[in-house]
Amino acid sequence: MSDTATTTTGRAPSVYVPSAEALATVLAPGGRPARPGPLAASLTFGWRAMLKIKHVPEQLFDVTAFPIIMVLMFTYLFGGALADSPRAYLQFFLPGIMVTSVVMITMYTGVGLNNDIEKGVFDRIRTLPVWRPAALVGMIFGDVLRYVLAALVILAVGLVLGFRPDGGVPGVLAGIGLLVVFSFAFSWVWTFFGLVLRSEKSVMGVSMMVLFPLTFLSNVFVDPSTMPGWLQAFVKVNPITHLVASVRAAMGGSMDATNTMWLLLWSAGFVVVFGSLTMHRYNRR
Amino acid sequence: MSNRNTGLAVEADGLVRSFGATRALDGLDLRVPAGTVYGMLGPNGAGKTTAVRVLATLLRPDGGTARVFGHDVVTQADAVRARMSLTGQYASLDEDLTGAENLVLLARLLGLGRPAARDRADQLLAAFGLTEAAGRQVKKYSGGMRRRIDIAASILNTPDLLFLDEPTTGLDPRSRNQVWEIVRAVVAHGTTVLLTTQYLDEADQLAGRIAVVDHGRVIAEGTPGELKSSVGSGTVHVRLRDAGQRPRAEQVLRTALGTPVQLAADPVALTARVGEDGTDLEAGEQAARALGELARAGIVVDDFSLGQPSLDEVFLALTDHPAVATDERDDELEAAR
Repeated sequence: MSDTATTTTGRAPSVYVPSAEALATVLAPGGRPARPGPLAASLTFGWRAMLKIKHVPEQLFDVTAFPIIMVLMFTYLFGGALADSPRAYLQFFLPGIMVTSVVMITMYTGVGLNNDIEKGVFDRIRTLPVWRPAALVGMIFGDVLRYVLAALVILAVGLVLGFRPDGGVPGVLAGIGLLVVFSFAFSWVWTFFGLVLRSEKSVMGVSMMVLFPLTFLSNVFVDPSTMPGWLQAFVKVNPITHLVASVRAAMGGSMDATNTMWLLLWSAGFVVVFGSLTMHRYNRR
Repeated sequence: MSNRNTGLAVEADGLVRSFGATRALDGLDLRVPAGTVYGMLGPNGAGKTTAVRVLATLLRPDGGTARVFGHDVVTQADAVRARMSLTGQYASLDEDLTGAENLVLLARLLGLGRPAARDRADQLLAAFGLTEAAGRQVKKYSGGMRRRIDIAASILNTPDLLFLDEPTTGLDPRSRNQVWEIVRAVVAHGTTVLLTTQYLDEADQLAGRIAVVDHGRVIAEGTPGELKSSVGSGTVHVRLRDAGQRPRAEQVLRTALGTPVQLAADPVALTARVGEDGTDLEAGEQAARALGELARAGIVVDDFSLGQPSLDEVFLALTDHPAVATDERDDELEAAR
């Protein structure tokens, strides 16, 4: 009896011969386990994102090198012109460039999703009997880790260059917290575009078209009071403006209640509107 | 419902689905008895993949209804998902992850705890001969290994219904045989298998019943034997030594087989259907008799063979047009966005 077992495993391991007995064992019904709850399922998909980072670490380039370049470039480009020195400008500018970089990184959520659809994984995921948004929520959980990483990289570069936030550690953490909350909410815009658009390239194209005006036409780089009235009107309602003001205040050791409230309203709005659009699209196809 | 081995696994009535101007499904009806292998046979673009995707809750039909073990695929999609798995035509695992990671991930999503998920993954990897490749990224797997890990992922939850969309397309003969063995084991265990294929041979090998699909509808249905006898059981191919003898050979074959004889472009070759003259003779006997007649007429034969009807012949017989190919999933991706 044990003879047959040893011969099948012992012989030429490179050639697989399906064994009816071995297959029968794995097919034996063990009773189906209860399906995982929404949070457990989302976290499992988040774990998938971690594994992908482990196997394709190059993808962290976006959240490390890109932010470093942004900080260095703009600090020295505008620092002398807009403030007395790059170091003085940095006190004003660092929260803004942190927001810009992280918000720009959110577009990779859409790109990643679009990639999944092109391959077959997505079909298998959509046929699993789990809470429907779990795959997307998990994907964004993974991205949140990247946002935190990018924020920390920028903070480190800032500290080296002379950024000294008055808010201290709690202020900086609060600022990063607000940024992550907004980025999580904003990512749902990209899941929607990731589902709707035809290719990775078009997702990138649309993202750039949205992100450039949104980040530049704000209070990130300069004080809006220097802008013409019509532009000020846009800057004033731009969620990025609210976000930057809130983060700046938090890192500076105070709290900007009005802007923070607007920021949270915008975040809730993005989740409700684009989250529903995304799920509608996800289920419909 | 306890109709795991009795009754119908799939009932589809008048399924319609269009992608833009293309009508991929045009009133497709299907009855798949539980506990069997059921084959959907047709060329690329016939609507097989679309049908599977509708039944697997991935696409909504524009019209018609479908039930899997009595659950409606649109309104009770979750109940359907709990009982079936799909192995799509394209790799349906995360290629960046290792084989083991993919299986553990899916096992966790099916509700197993971490240690149980790991055990289940190890078990499946061993049964599918992938233990050595467990730690390798799926994108580095060979075609055959990829198919195996795909199928392993599909039986993680021991589904009652397994969809296999063209499981052997692009595989070498040995890998194809491995997949066939796996399918046989899966169905022996009691799982219903619905497989699509372009190969009559494959449907014949595995399926208890076959639906021939063309232009989004079922144009013939039955056991492999019934289908084949409806198109004749095969074709004889004859090659002569001397092209000058071909007119005479044509006459002899026509008389012996009672069917029209086709003259190939090659001046020494002829082909003819066998097994559709209404006599009780088996195709082999008819072919043997024809060969005897040729010899008696003094015709020198270099090569003589009897082959099964090809998918093309089935199609010609059933539809008067040969099997044509377009890529359905491309149509879908085009239209869905």
